[in-house]
Amino acid sequence: MSKLLLLGDEAIAQAFIDAGGSAINSYPGTPSTQITEYVMKSKQAKEQGVVANWCANEKTALEASIGVAYSGKRAMTCMKHVGLNVCGDPFMNASIIGTKGVIIVVADDPSMFSSQDEQDSRYYGHWAMIPMLEPSNQQEAYDMVYYGYDLSEQMGTPILMRIPTRLAHSRAGVERKPVRAQNPLSSPSDPKSYVLLPANAKNLYRSLIDKQPAFTKASQESGFNQYIPGTDHKRGIITTGIAFNYLQENFPGGKCPYPVVKITQYPLPFDMLSKLYDEVEEILVLEDGQPFVEEHIKGFLGKGKPVHGRLDETIRRDGELNAEKVAIALGNPMPKGPAVPEVVTNRPPALCVGCPHIDSYQAVIDVMKKYPNGRVFGDIGCYTLGFNMGAIDTTVCMGASVTMAKGAAEMGIFPAIGVIGDGTFGHSGMTGLLDCVNEKANVIIMILDNDITAMTGGQPSSANQKLFNICKGLGVDPDHIRTIVPLPKNHDEFMKILEEEIAYNGVSVIIPQRVCIVENKKRIAANK
Amino acid sequence: MKKDIILCGVGGDGIVSVAKIISDAALNLGMNVKQSEIHGMSQRGGSVFSHLRISSDPIFADVIPEGKADIILSSEPMEALRYLPFLAPDGAVITNSDPFINITNYPDIEKVNAELAKLKKCVSFNANAIAKELNARGNMVLLGAAAPYLELPFEELEKAIKAIFGRKGDAVVETNIKAIRAGRDAK
Repeated sequence: MSKLLLLGDEAIAQAFIDAGGSAINSYPGTPSTQITEYVMKSKQAKEQGVVANWCANEKTALEASIGVAYSGKRAMTCMKHVGLNVCGDPFMNASIIGTKGVIIVVADDPSMFSSQDEQDSRYYGHWAMIPMLEPSNQQEAYDMVYYGYDLSEQMGTPILMRIPTRLAHSRAGVERKPVRAQNPLSSPSDPKSYVLLPANAKNLYRSLIDKQPAFTKASQESGFNQYIPGTDHKRGIITTGIAFNYLQENFPGGKCPYPVVKITQYPLPFDMLSKLYDEVEEILVLEDGQPFVEEHIKGFLGKGKPVHGRLDETIRRDGELNAEKVAIALGNPMPKGPAVPEVVTNRPPALCVGCPHIDSYQAVIDVMKKYPNGRVFGDIGCYTLGFNMGAIDTTVCMGASVTMAKGAAEMGIFPAIGVIGDGTFGHSGMTGLLDCVNEKANVIIMILDNDITAMTGGQPSSANQKLFNICKGLGVDPDHIRTIVPLPKNHDEFMKILEEEIAYNGVSVIIPQRVCIVENKKRIAANK
Repeated sequence: MKKDIILCGVGGDGIVSVAKIISDAALNLGMNVKQSEIHGMSQRGGSVFSHLRISSDPIFADVIPEGKADIILSSEPMEALRYLPFLAPDGAVITNSDPFINITNYPDIEKVNAELAKLKKCVSFNANAIAKELNARGNMVLLGAAAPYLELPFEELEKAIKAIFGRKGDAVVETNIKAIRAGRDAK
């Protein structure tokens, strides 16, 4: 079979379709978005009747996958690392249930190329006590989807697959495996396992504990983890996921002289690590993420053989791993090319020329000049770039604009304006607005409606075309739900609306509505 | 044989299409390919760059280490300078000389050109101007100029263009072929 050139994301998506996946329910999030998009665009998936949905948020998405598993079919949910925070509840409890045929794919973002943090999802999987797969290349990512479903179904456990940006968004040749049939509809073999009343949950938790040795045995025997012998026992190296590639990059032909334990499956393989520890004088741990394995090996008391890595900054603690950092750790730094000349200036990402958010922000900026003690609470999306215009004061997490505005307003911050996009509002703004209404908070919530979830490449937003009715349904006074088309010519009218709502003591919603210009271009082209 | 290529420019320049053509050609010749890019910032007029690695041997890291790039291929002159730390001692920079000024503090272009002139191997020319004459895009002209440095048979690049742009019609394919040839013949 000839190889396809696929992104890590696409390899996982193609494998999901080939391995008999039935439904993928996700929320967009860089760098995971392309997995679900690939399935949605795939002719093969369509022919096979594979369901693919963008959901309101990661929690509703993962819960849908639990429902798919309940029906006996294979499910996948994809998200970026912070998305795991949003679906933490179903995630932890899916492991107690022991769902079969569920793979949760989380794309981490070391170096925070497009995120608020670089949290390492492996801690979640460890906490939930489930097996995890961390492929080191695109082919492995493909193969591990097949293996992941087998492991999930045999052992009765969801599987966490963790990939970093550099694998998610990198293309390499991938060979496909033969296509498998999807599962038929069926009932859970143990119906009580889906009822987490304490009486049941206690037994299920005990079962989860009892499964751990089998999970470790799988890690030791599957072949995904490898002990690679070496000639120089001065040090031993442990790599996780793609860190192995950065190690190989440092040696001709990729042949490292030190013994290596290459980890791509968890729980950790005790046998290989124990063997390595016995054979070498000191250990270097290489991870593209937080020092998850390193902490396991090093131990709190730091007694025993030296273990080096991020904790002692042998590898710089923050930021992604790369071949240059590994070279420094090995005592053999790589020479760089010429320095960047001083004349080079930054070209920071900015809102597109003609973006509706620019007009919305211009109105806010001009009105807020009169209210130096007021604050604008921002959120996550293209409109976060309003910070570069000086328009917003905060960005924390999805939906926080609404609820921070409420919390601050109750304390006396005035005016308190929350700025949120239509996509983000559907994700987690509605519940915050309900709180505002119930507390009669003196806030202005601006829902920037560009008719799309834009920052992640243009996916449908769940609250699309329903914003007015949702706000009214939640109890906002319809007289204080204002709409406007954000354009330069409407600037004065926009400011007037803002002034009126600032004067009003209560919950105001302002909805500037104009389609994202990138999305608009796509729609025009599609109609041609 | 291996080539580590940094492709860079500003969002919308089509630099990633160039990566696709080179990847296709390399794959057809049975070579290994790894190509990575940071998605998403391109549509916002930000800097775009892609790491493209082609090799007859297995490729390890998805990203090119600093000091190892054989070629920096840029659709914008200041962007070419941004990635100089990646350039190998005998590496070559091939860049469009036409600046893209979407920031208020874009430097004096003469200063940019002066820095490019300091490099041992640098080809800087107005690919956009040549492209305009042919009703084509600058990225294709640049690809042609880079062709000798890629050490891939020129016909393989043309074959890849036909395969990738074929469904957009013969006219598009022909324009792109003319553009890549013009780039090759430009210096």
